Amino acid sequence: MSVTEASRREMTGTTRRAAPSEARGGILFVMPYLLVLVVLLLYPLLSGIWLSLHKADLFGGSQWVGVENYMRLLRDAVFLQSIRNTCYFVGLTVPTLTVIGLALALLLNDNSRRSAVLRGLFFSSSVLSVTIVTLIWRMVLVPDGGLVANVLERWGLAPIAFFSDAHLAMPAVAITTVWWCIGLPMTLFLAALQQVPQELYEAAKLDNAGWWRTLVSITLPSIRRTALVVVVIEVILQFQLFGQAQMLTLGGPDNASLPIVLFIYQVGFQRWDIGYAAAASQILFCIILAAALIQFLVARGAGRR
Amino acid sequence: MAVDTTERFPTARYRWASLIGLGFAAAAMAAPLLWALLLSLKPNEELLRGTQTAFASPYTLQNYAAILGYSAVFGWLLNSAVVSLAVTVGVLALSSLAGYGFARLSFPGRNAIFALVLFALAVPEQSVIIARHQMFSAFGLHNTYPGLILPGLAAPFGVFLMTQYFRAMPRELEEAAWLDGASRWKTFWRVLLPLSLPAQATLGVYTFLSTWNDYWWPLISATNSRMYTLTVGVASSQMNFAQTNGLGFLMAQAVFASVPILIVYAVFQRYIVAGVSRSATR
Repeated sequence: MSVTEASRREMTGTTRRAAPSEARGGILFVMPYLLVLVVLLLYPLLSGIWLSLHKADLFGGSQWVGVENYMRLLRDAVFLQSIRNTCYFVGLTVPTLTVIGLALALLLNDNSRRSAVLRGLFFSSSVLSVTIVTLIWRMVLVPDGGLVANVLERWGLAPIAFFSDAHLAMPAVAITTVWWCIGLPMTLFLAALQQVPQELYEAAKLDNAGWWRTLVSITLPSIRRTALVVVVIEVILQFQLFGQAQMLTLGGPDNASLPIVLFIYQVGFQRWDIGYAAAASQILFCIILAAALIQFLVARGAGRR
Repeated sequence: MAVDTTERFPTARYRWASLIGLGFAAAAMAAPLLWALLLSLKPNEELLRGTQTAFASPYTLQNYAAILGYSAVFGWLLNSAVVSLAVTVGVLALSSLAGYGFARLSFPGRNAIFALVLFALAVPEQSVIIARHQMFSAFGLHNTYPGLILPGLAAPFGVFLMTQYFRAMPRELEEAAWLDGASRWKTFWRVLLPLSLPAQATLGVYTFLSTWNDYWWPLISATNSRMYTLTVGVASSQMNFAQTNGLGFLMAQAVFASVPILIVYAVFQRYIVAGVSRSATR
């Protein structure tokens, strides 16, 4: 073995490469999880695609229909509305979560006791389950005796029918969601603010830059990538809206707040049109996968920088 | 946690504006929780006539007493505890083993299999639900503990986290153990696993919390009210609003269901925040 080869091996670590018997050990460590992954996630994924090409019902009747389910979806006014509704919901929640999350992070990024307590408060709703959150928010928004109705009454105003007004149902679900989910964007922005080099702020101070100027020319450019990551993550999360809409409005009135996942649930588990529901869930999968791909590219871009 | 930014903070005008904004946001955050608490402390009959009296005493604990006499809630609580603990233990075991395998051992197809794990990270639960439901029906697993526990074990996030964690550990630690003649397994068990406790804590607390709060799978799999988890149970009494024992009782249930998880949050706040943000950014 020449010296150069020895040093190359040293650098690439080839001398440490496992012998064949050890290699078998490696697969044994991975095997238990791999088994679970294949049986409980990858197989259902593939079998769901297969199912989406069939007309299938609860009683095991199944008949090959090709892409007919997908064609039907494209003609189904309710499904198309559920996509529009979900996009509308994402449009309502994601910008709000991003802006409020950033504002809270900017205001709470210090060592004071007060900020620590408030950070704890703003994250606390995130640990509650969706059923508790909707139960609480139903009693905040419900026109008959809700908290908002009580406050309005005190000011001599009429209660607002959040859940039965087609224009207000989705915004009501969105407000509930923002309250529930604000902890994550705040936390991600706080982490990003910690990474901004202190020297930049010291330089800005020497230049007598004001608070606003510092924010616009130093802080915001430094956390640009995080902002992008937060937006993509929230798009993925909020696209999967289900429990809030299912419990607060049941998708109503007149499907005005019906999201894609609730459509899948109703078709699959209430009408038992299984092949059709499977087709709808593949479309959801494609949307989420596209968003995840963007997230991956963004994250890789951030790493390279 | 944070660096001192007070000197970055500006003129009095900005300071006041930000304090008012913060105060408003904090009030909006706390008000729904306090409202639920107040309602839960009022007799149901009184709330039937109107909720405006919730702001004034007298308050009563009768709704909480009613929960103690309403055994279904404790059954749901037990189900949630069994399922969440089992999933947490299972995920920790599977993820640590697989993470060590991916990070430190070589075997044929390692990169391809790891790519499969990364791909699985992007698969939403909702898109496998139909086929998974059929599969569990075929094996008679609905309304059983295994039926509630198994899907949670397939979540790829833990494997991803542990792989990264083990990769970041210095190799010298294992090499010393190998030189002493320890096997792969012993090296893993005696040397690396104890050192991975911080990651185990983050993953464990996060897994417990997300399983405890899961609504989607138990809603579909547990159709028998005896097998409900707490989330599904609270949802069912919410949907059967008219049939429940009243608003105050319902709110007492919400508070009662929040308390265990808020205690867990208070104790493990650091790990929960870390776990939630790690799983989101992966």
